[in-house]
Parts: sequence; C-alpha cells; structure tokens
Amino acid sequence: MYASTIRDILTKHARLPHDVNTLTLTDDLYDNGLTSLSTVNIMLAIEDAFDIEFPDTKLNRKTFSSIESLVETVTELLNR
Amino acid sequence: MNTSINAEQEFDMLLAHVQQLGRDLIRPIAIDVDRDARFPKEAFDAFKSCKLLSVYVPKAMGGMGLSITQVCKLCEILGGYCASTAMIFAMHQIQVACIVHHCEGSDFFQNFLRDLVREQYLLASATTELGVGGDLRSSQCAVQVTGDSFMLEKQAPVISYGAQADFILVTCRKNSDAMPSDQLQVLVDRRAAKLDPISTWDTLGFRGTCSSGFHLQSSGHVQQIQPVPFADILARTMHPVSHLVWGSLWLGLAQDAVAIARGTVRAAARKNPATPPISALRLTEVDEQLYNMRANVQMTLNDYQQKLLTNDSEAFEQFSYALGVNNLKLCSSELLVEIVSKTMMIVGIMGYKNDSPISLGRHLRDAYGAALMVNNDRIRNHNSTMQIMVRDGR
Ligand SMILES: Cc1cc2nc3c(=O)[nH]c(=O)nc-3n(C[C@H](O)[C@H](O)[C@H](O)COP(=O)(O)OP(=O)(O)OC[C@H]3O[C@@H](n4cnc5c(N)ncnc54)[C@H](O)[C@@H]3O)c2cc1C
Repeated sequence: MYASTIRDILTKHARLPHDVNTLTLTDDLYDNGLTSLSTVNIMLAIEDAFDIEFPDTKLNRKTFSSIESLVETVTELLNR
Repeated sequence: MNTSINAEQEFDMLLAHVQQLGRDLIRPIAIDVDRDARFPKEAFDAFKSCKLLSVYVPKAMGGMGLSITQVCKLCEILGGYCASTAMIFAMHQIQVACIVHHCEGSDFFQNFLRDLVREQYLLASATTELGVGGDLRSSQCAVQVTGDSFMLEKQAPVISYGAQADFILVTCRKNSDAMPSDQLQVLVDRRAAKLDPISTWDTLGFRGTCSSGFHLQSSGHVQQIQPVPFADILARTMHPVSHLVWGSLWLGLAQDAVAIARGTVRAAARKNPATPPISALRLTEVDEQLYNMRANVQMTLNDYQQKLLTNDSEAFEQFSYALGVNNLKLCSSELLVEIVSKTMMIVGIMGYKNDSPISLGRHLRDAYGAALMVNNDRIRNHNSTMQIMVRDGR
C-alpha cells in the first residue's frame, strides 16, 4: 500500500535512466543506476512523507536496494 | 586449550621467520626494487616456499587459516622492511579474502583455493578502468557469456604486478546491457589472457609494485565468474579488508621511519649527555601520531574481526560501517605523510640523502601514494554524502 508513494518519491529523486514504473518490486535499484547521492534524497523524502526516522540498523544498502525492501522497512517503522 | 597455545606458538614462529626474511632478504633488496621499479621476486619466491600466499585460506582447504588480525600483523611487519613488497603481499591477500568469503558455494572456487595452496598462485586486481578512474562501483567493460564460456576485455590503466601475477580478478558489468553499477568480478587466468601494455609505472613511490597499465583481453569458463554481485563482495570484504591491510603496512612504514629517527635522537643523547637533544621533543610528538595511527587500525580491525566471528553480515552493509572504514583510510594515509615528514626533520640531512644508510627518501615517496590509491578526495566526497545517512554513527 506504500508502494505507490515510494514509486512517486523514486520518480522524483532517484534519477534513474528509465521509468520507475517499469521496475518490478524486487528489481535492484543500485543495479539500475541508483547512486549514493540519490539515496540520501530518497531517505529524506521518505522520512518526510511517512513522518518516520530510519535508525542506523536500517541505514544500509539493502534497505534502499528495491521498492519491496523500502516498503517493508517503512511498514516496520510505522508499526513500531 | 593446548591446541590454541600451539596455534599461538606457531604464529609466533611464523612472525619470527618473517622478521628474519625482512632483515636478511627484503630490506637488503628494497633499495634495488625501488630504484629499478622492479618486482621483488626474491621476496615472493621466499614467501611461496613458506606458503605465505595461502595464509588466509582456511585450514580445511590446506591453507594456514590465519585470521585477518594475523594477516594484518604480517603486513605491518613487511611494511617496515619494504612498503612495495608489503603492498603486493597485502593486495594479494585482499583478493584471496574475496574468494574465501564469497565463493563457498562454488566447487570451482573451492578447488581453486586448494590449487592456490599447492601452487602458491599470486593474485592481482583490475578494478580501475580507463574513463572511469577510481570509482570501484562503476564499470564500462562487460563480460560476454556464450554457452559455457566468457570473453572479457578491459582497459586497465593500473594493475599492480599484472605481469607477474598468475590470476587477475577483474570487475566488469554483468552483460553489455547492464548499468555501470551492475557488476561482477571475474577470475582471469593470466596465461589465457592477452595483456598489451598501455602505460608505464615510473612513479614517485611504491615503485616495486610494478603497477603499469594493460589492455586486457581474456576468455575462460563461466565458472570463473564469482557467484555473487560485486557490490556484496566490495561491501563485506574488499572495502574493509583493503583498508585494514593497507593501514597495517602503512603503520609498519611509519614505524620504521620513527625507529630511524629514534636512532638519531639516541646518538645525539649519547654525544651530549648534559643536555637532552631538541629532537627528542620532536620525536615524542611524532610518537603520539604513531600511537593514533596504530589505534585507528587496531580499533577498525577489532571491530571487523568481531563482526566476522559473529557472522554479522548485515552490519557490513550499514552506511555507518562504511563511513568508519573510510575514516580509517583517510586518517592513516594522511598521518603517514605527516609522520614520515616529521622524522625527516629529526634525522636531518642524513635522512634527506638518497645514499645514506638512514635515508628516508623511499619512506617519504611511498607515503605520498597512500592518499592516492583510491583518492582521498573521492572518499571524502562519498563520506560527506553518507554523513546524512547515519543517525548515531554506531
Ligand atoms: C600504489 C598503487 C597501486 C595501485 N594498484 C592498483 C591495482 O592493482 N588495480 C587497480 O585497479 N588499481 C590500482 N591502483 C589505482 C588506484 O587504486 C586508483 O583507482 C587510481 O589511482 C585512481 O586514479 P586517479 O587518481 O586517476 O582517478 P580518480 O580516483 O578518478 O581521481 C582523479 C581526481 O578526480 C577527483 N575525483 C574524481 N571523482 C571524484 C568524486 N566522485 N568525488 C571527488 N573527487 C573525485 C579526485 O579527487 C582526483 O583529484 C593503484 C594505485 C596506486 C597508487
């Protein structure tokens, strides 16, 4: 249910060479051109959109590596 | 209990042997190796005969099964005798660690490790690429797979001991449609590859690493492609291990310069017992910096070793962890230059002379390479991005 918000954020901040909507939930975002600078902007945008704070244990490459893992992380942090 | 004491004694004996190799063989040829920018062949022949190239291969596969802490100790000792020799040794161990930690599921790589123990293969690395520079997470070249075989071509401007290595681990894109960051690492057999020289290695320092450039053309079996994404290998092994083994050998290099300085301070004290030499004050300052350098390496090393022992693979993925490892590289490479420069002030003209027995010329020239091998500004730029991705820094 959070996937569409996350797709919107990725469309705006990920600066991938192709349309975010063509990516599946599990496609690796880094393999698709996500950079560390874009990762920062995605993190900040997600924190704002969902009013959450990522703890250090979630601030890793894995969290940002796919739409699915972002949805899982957001869900987990919202249910805390 | 008994077995662990034996293992400790065994390691102490190994350290003593390496110290002896350092004194009797490595230091005497270091001047030649540096002047002629030649590979320290005698040292590596000796390493091979006492199986030092497989120290990090697990015992189950015939290796010595040393820990990363022990491997770093060896790098530190070697760094005190010849930083080029130590650098080649260290870079080889990084490649071995990449195979040991990430290829458990591959029969090919398990057999390769057994062969490495027997044949004492020397492994090199080609990550840097023409047009990409030092950005490890980006490749232009791509591996081409047809059936069971692969072809791979890379313009590699810096491959340390590329001409002497038996195998070269080469980073590349997964296929010709993949993004630059979608990478794999391939084990290239040098005998099955064509290496056409594209650049020379007449540098200020680390001259004995013979890191000239090649247009590499290779082919082989698909089994030679490492079975996990390069991003994982880099985050968990190549990145931390590189900075730990490099930091350790730079520590050995700095320590040797300080030892030379201490020798001259002692001589001055002996000459004039009434007044302590001014240089003793400089020595004590430089010793403080050496202390910091050692503490940096030790802390990062303990942390890495602990994470390995507890199999805490997720922790390696954290941005805060990568940041810490980068801090080690930045601090130790810059402390190295400061320490060696200050020892020059203490030793004076006899350290400045190239033909003096206590010359510091090679130490100083080698020291300047540390900040360039993966450029510190590139690392700082990366760190400054990651600062925002860290909450408590732990
Ligand atoms: C002794 C030694 C041995 C080596 N052995 C090997 C080896 O065996 N295999 C191998 O593959 N490589 C090896 N290298 C290469 C090394 O690790 C670097 O990749 C290489 O030196 C980078 O070269 P560069 O300075 O041209 O490139 P860059 O790293 O591209 O830097 C060039 C300049 O651009 C700046 N710059 C570029 N991009 C950025 C950025 N994103 N952020 C900030 N600044 C940036 C840097 O600050 C620097 O001023 C070795 C280097 C040395 C010194």
